[in-house]
Amino acid sequence: MEIFNNIIFLLDSMIRLTVPLLLAALAGLYSERSGVFDIGLEGKMLAGAFGAAVVAYLSGNMWLGMFAGMGIGIVMALIHGIASITFRGNQIIAGVAINFLAAGLTVFLGQSWFKQGGRTPALPEGGRFLAIDLPFADALKDVPIVGGIYSELISGHNIIVYIAFAMVPFTYWLLFKTRFGLRLRATGENPKAVDTAGVNVNFMRYKAVLICGALTGLAGSYLSIALSAGFGLNMTAGMGFIALAALIFAKWRPWYVLWATLLFGFLNAAQIRLQGVELPYIGEVPVQAIQALPYILTVVLLAGFIGKAVGPKAGGIPYVKER
Amino acid sequence: MSARKPLPRWADVALLPVLNLTLAFFISGLVVLMVGENPIEAMSILVYGAFGYGEGLGYTLHFATNFVFAGLAFSIASHAGQFNIGAEGQAYIAGLGAIFVGLALDGTHWLLVLPLAMLGAGAFGGLWGFIPGYLAAKRGSHVVITTIMFNFIAASLMVYLLNYVLKEPSNMAPESRSVVGAGKMPQLREFWDFFGYSPVNVMLFVAIIALFGMFFLFWRTELGYKIRTLGQNPKAAHYAGISNSKIIMISMTLAGAMAGMIAINEVLGVQNRLVIDFVFGYGFVGIAVGLMGRNHPIGIALAAILFGALYQGGQELAFMMPAITREMIIVIQALVILFTGAMEGLFRTPLEIFFTMIDVNKNGGGVPVSSTGQALVGSESDQRRQKKENGGGVGVGSESDQRRQKKEKQEG
Repeated sequence: MEIFNNIIFLLDSMIRLTVPLLLAALAGLYSERSGVFDIGLEGKMLAGAFGAAVVAYLSGNMWLGMFAGMGIGIVMALIHGIASITFRGNQIIAGVAINFLAAGLTVFLGQSWFKQGGRTPALPEGGRFLAIDLPFADALKDVPIVGGIYSELISGHNIIVYIAFAMVPFTYWLLFKTRFGLRLRATGENPKAVDTAGVNVNFMRYKAVLICGALTGLAGSYLSIALSAGFGLNMTAGMGFIALAALIFAKWRPWYVLWATLLFGFLNAAQIRLQGVELPYIGEVPVQAIQALPYILTVVLLAGFIGKAVGPKAGGIPYVKER
Repeated sequence: MSARKPLPRWADVALLPVLNLTLAFFISGLVVLMVGENPIEAMSILVYGAFGYGEGLGYTLHFATNFVFAGLAFSIASHAGQFNIGAEGQAYIAGLGAIFVGLALDGTHWLLVLPLAMLGAGAFGGLWGFIPGYLAAKRGSHVVITTIMFNFIAASLMVYLLNYVLKEPSNMAPESRSVVGAGKMPQLREFWDFFGYSPVNVMLFVAIIALFGMFFLFWRTELGYKIRTLGQNPKAAHYAGISNSKIIMISMTLAGAMAGMIAINEVLGVQNRLVIDFVFGYGFVGIAVGLMGRNHPIGIALAAILFGALYQGGQELAFMMPAITREMIIVIQALVILFTGAMEGLFRTPLEIFFTMIDVNKNGGGVPVSSTGQALVGSESDQRRQKKENGGGVGVGSESDQRRQKKEKQEG
């Protein structure tokens, strides 16, 4: 029972840590599938987290906070879009700029508004998303195995967690079963064909980039007003880049994104649990090795040593209408 | 007279960056206003802090030294068409080479330590640039993604090494043994107390030499020519018999080695030991420096001084105006990257139209133009219409058009 509880505990924290990665990776999926590479996921997430925390603190309303976070994400995405779609600038450079902008502005504004070293004050009552108990979670608690899985693992998360996991089938449906999705994917593969069919390539890309902004904003909101009770200095701590790695690892496919982010979330959870623990036969595993694993796996995959990750063909290239 | 002409060279290398920079500073000024401070006053504190007195100037030059190396690390790869955002990780790893040499030769002379430290740091940094270069050239990996990942891998690796390998058993903090003797780079203040307590050291001269070296390499040697050809047109480079994969690997290695010089400046120039996160984001500033400096040594030097001044003046500003934190510098940096890098079209297109108009006016040929603005606007749309008729489509990018014209001119 001890071991079982430990495993449940580990998986529970895996789910918690997967959510921001999942949302951010899905965000990147929309953007990159439409042909706009996005290394600014990190920055958008950070800005979203800050916006959500500020508004949730001031209003005491978690929903207002969440929408503010998504709104800030969209604003950042708009900057990315204007630079890389309208002005046909370099998408990578725009992403780098977004990351710096968020890193600088969040601390700068946070410090001058709240004077707490860049953090936002702790959220008031109602400003934070709390755990939801699913029906019968309490009643089933004592049932062996199933009860533990249901009431600990599946029940007892906040609403954003459920939204995030529901986004996976939704994204799959939207991208692969609708006309919008077909057009979006085509825009990333062969924009000229999309253009010939009478669809506005740039407008299509704007839609994708803005969806990306909203989702990264949601990911940020989850960090600052659901997982913790306030914004902390650089609280994304590279998660946007792990999400990017997961997206590549998943070869730009929604269901694979789920598995990849669960894997990286698990590594993260295990790394926290394994700190200073002596494993039988192996000894103490350096946490840094586990921390670096997502990045190493991505490098190895990109290099084609296991499988091959090939991105959308028109990714990274601004579309110029043929004369 | 159908197409917009490319900008005159002086406008391209001077006017455009100045306009972009002005816009970046203008928006930064708005941000300063937002927190209720006076942007003009902030600017004057910043400028005084950076250049007004010896110690401030010393710090400015010290930061600028880092930024020259970081800018070169970005630009060398950039000339080869590779987007190296791994200078941060390359410099971090290079710290190993710097500290090994510094510790091993602590009892000798700095004239011996400096070249060997350059070799050591260059080798470690170069290795960290070579691997992404190799993966890009031979395995088709995306160099941007690989270098990002390598930054994180470097961070994990260094934390591990500092905690488990390099740390002295008696020391609680994760840091290496300190250099105490010849391993330290000579500080300029030892010769000239004008520089106060600032850590500007002999690496400043290495940076200057590196700038000249880059100019020589890129515009005076075959290798530089090959790198530039590859960056401009990989297909042409291939047909000219240049081994693209080899050039990519060479340029990424050179870039990594250049980033490695930051490690000497910081590890043997300031900290005197290897500490966690000593690179402190300097590698990332290189992106802004390289973009601003148009990948040219003169531009890089100017941009490095600009950012050095921003970093030093920014610290002074944070001290004098507590409402403005150091992070303001990162905001300015972001805006510079945004406007000079990603949103270049913002000013380029209007400028191109402007210069084309002047040109038309001067030559008076083709389109009838009067001196009033009204007619000029008219003539512009005239041009558009003509272009449409010529090309039979919607006129946007006119590059091929220009090329065709040029060709016709040459042949005619």
